[in-house]
Amino acid sequence: MIHLTIQGIEVVVEEGTTVLEAAQKAGIRIPTLCYHPDLKPFGSCGLCICKQEGSAKIIRACATPAAEGMRIITHDNELNEVRRTILELVMSTHPASCLTCVRNNKCELQKLCVEYGVREQPFETRIKTLPKDTSTKAIVLDPSKCIKCGRCVQVCQSLQGVYALEFIGRGDATQMCPAANLPLGDSPCIKCGQCAAHCPVGAIYEVDEGNVFIKEASDSEKVVAVQIAPAVRVALGEEFGFKPGELTTGKIYTALRRLGADYVFDTNFGADMTVMEEASELVGRVTKGGVLPQLTSCCPGWIEYVTKYYPDLIENLSSAKSPMMMQGAITKTYWAEKMKIDPSKVYSVAIMPCTAKKVEIHRDEHMRSSGYDDVDLVLTTRELARIIKQFGIDFASLPESQADSPIGEYSGASTIFGVTGGVMEAAVRTAYNQITGKDLSDPDIMTVRGNGSFRHGALDIEGKATVRFGVVHGMANAKQVLDEIREAKKKGTRAPYEFIEVMACRGGCIAGGGQPLGTDDEVRSKRTSGSYTDDKKSAVRCSHQNPSVKKAYEEYFGQPLSEKSHHLLHTEYKQVPVYKN
Amino acid sequence: MAQNLFSDELLGFINEWKDKPGNLIMVLHRVQGEVGYISREAADEVSRLLDVPLSTIWGVVTFYHFFKLNKPGKYNIQVCLGTACYLKGGDIIVDELGKLKGLEVDGLTEDGKFSLEAVRCVGCCGLAPVMTISGEVFGKVTKDQIPGILDKFE
Repeated sequence: MIHLTIQGIEVVVEEGTTVLEAAQKAGIRIPTLCYHPDLKPFGSCGLCICKQEGSAKIIRACATPAAEGMRIITHDNELNEVRRTILELVMSTHPASCLTCVRNNKCELQKLCVEYGVREQPFETRIKTLPKDTSTKAIVLDPSKCIKCGRCVQVCQSLQGVYALEFIGRGDATQMCPAANLPLGDSPCIKCGQCAAHCPVGAIYEVDEGNVFIKEASDSEKVVAVQIAPAVRVALGEEFGFKPGELTTGKIYTALRRLGADYVFDTNFGADMTVMEEASELVGRVTKGGVLPQLTSCCPGWIEYVTKYYPDLIENLSSAKSPMMMQGAITKTYWAEKMKIDPSKVYSVAIMPCTAKKVEIHRDEHMRSSGYDDVDLVLTTRELARIIKQFGIDFASLPESQADSPIGEYSGASTIFGVTGGVMEAAVRTAYNQITGKDLSDPDIMTVRGNGSFRHGALDIEGKATVRFGVVHGMANAKQVLDEIREAKKKGTRAPYEFIEVMACRGGCIAGGGQPLGTDDEVRSKRTSGSYTDDKKSAVRCSHQNPSVKKAYEEYFGQPLSEKSHHLLHTEYKQVPVYKN
Repeated sequence: MAQNLFSDELLGFINEWKDKPGNLIMVLHRVQGEVGYISREAADEVSRLLDVPLSTIWGVVTFYHFFKLNKPGKYNIQVCLGTACYLKGGDIIVDELGKLKGLEVDGLTEDGKFSLEAVRCVGCCGLAPVMTISGEVFGKVTKDQIPGILDKFE
């Protein structure tokens, strides 16, 4: 252990702790712009400079390991003056268009300018107007606002292993840019939106379609049916003063109705259907001999990654659609028929923690399996929060309500879909039943839980089968196991797994690219707990026990993997070039 | 495609250095030496051969002034805008080339004959202002001399 003092406060920290982290322990916040706890220190902004007593050297707290006996000064008049100058210099190349910026009031630069009392612009401004990149349906790049902190580049390369973004040029001309200066839509980008979630300013953000929803919802001809994803319920509340992980499901349903939704459904029902289909597919592949390991297919960012970087593993992907797409297809077929509503009048909206979902709904013809767009519009959690505020809805005081039957009820298994390991756990609960004819006495499968970047092990299904599983989150962490599968395949053997779950975002959808900003591991852990709490308090814990799911199969789909299921609930994937041009 | 784009010698060189750390800049040097610039196709090929993301290659080639992204003209003109040459009127040479040939910095004449590059010091400040055309150095250049110099390359 290392002993040091920070602003005269004694702290004891573990070896490897940075001065910045040690200061947090002492209750002192050192300002930062480029630093993010998810990433390695980059040291580009210089705001975290500190003094060390007895040394003339100025250190960067984010990149300096704490050492025994250090006496650190984090704040004094001189340091604060320097920080103010840094902020003024950043502002000299940053458009001061705060009032019309998507990040107004949520901007880290703005916040620091307030704290440090930046009141004037002493430097000549050199603001470049660069074109916005609107080539994708998910993410907008606005390089004019970029402060070159490097977070997005590190996120895209180190956290996600995608290498869509890079700095080009040097010095004054440095620019955050997609590979080879291509439009983002032609680059390797998988639309996960982690760049947007990590950008401290308004240089990268989600395509904002809140107004589209409002317009459609006020159209009396349309029957507006909205679904909410598992991860939304543990995070939306943060925008309204709730703690991360606090469940606000019932309030979200009410808010959506007040915003004009005619019916409120739950993607969790779709997730239960996904479990039924995907678990049956797995059991089929294991017992009848199919391509193994089976890879999950709920995460559109991950799907884009496979179809771009590992097209040889497309056959390993589960053909089951994502819960959102299943829910959309079911809404415009089974439900519309049941309700005697013309599906062409149904406007299907999905509230998602994810930017890639905006692209998924237009992926290919399978996303129109009902004969119409199965999902017409995706709003991220952040966009929903904005329109709730815009309509003056006091979210905190909203009464709770229920989702609409019969495609709104969900099991505990479905609600953990948003957590890393959750899809695996949900599928195994049902696969266990399909193999043994019995239910697990304890549905909590602790061995698949946790936050290790690649967790693996074996689950024994009462001696009748063994499921060797792998769970990956954070796109870059998939490479190791995918290479293992690829190598085995080349040798004509197979990698030692039956089922692998991959989620592109660290922590899973609860920390997706469309979630409330400020996500770090602490927030991830709280949202995760919220999901497990929701599971625990559910009346039924397994997808196959969900009465509405049983009914849907009885009344419409027959059984999992039936012809109808294949048409509406399954899809195919095609190779996508890494660079479109 | 590789056969057309890169010579066997270049491919052999890339193969030899494929797994050695720090190979990218060296390989790009060779590629530019052979192809004349780093085209998108060349960058794609290097990306494939070295298993380095295209974004990384683009980061490198845009960082270093040495690398060119545009096809150079038959004759590449370099005008020094380093301190000494700038003070002695290097920018006047650039302006004059613009008037005579319609050339801009990093541009190419319509007939593809001349390209123009601004450089920082070619190592003979005593001759400022300096311009080079395809390696031939012209010192103490005045505005009036430029048409005559260009004529040598027509």
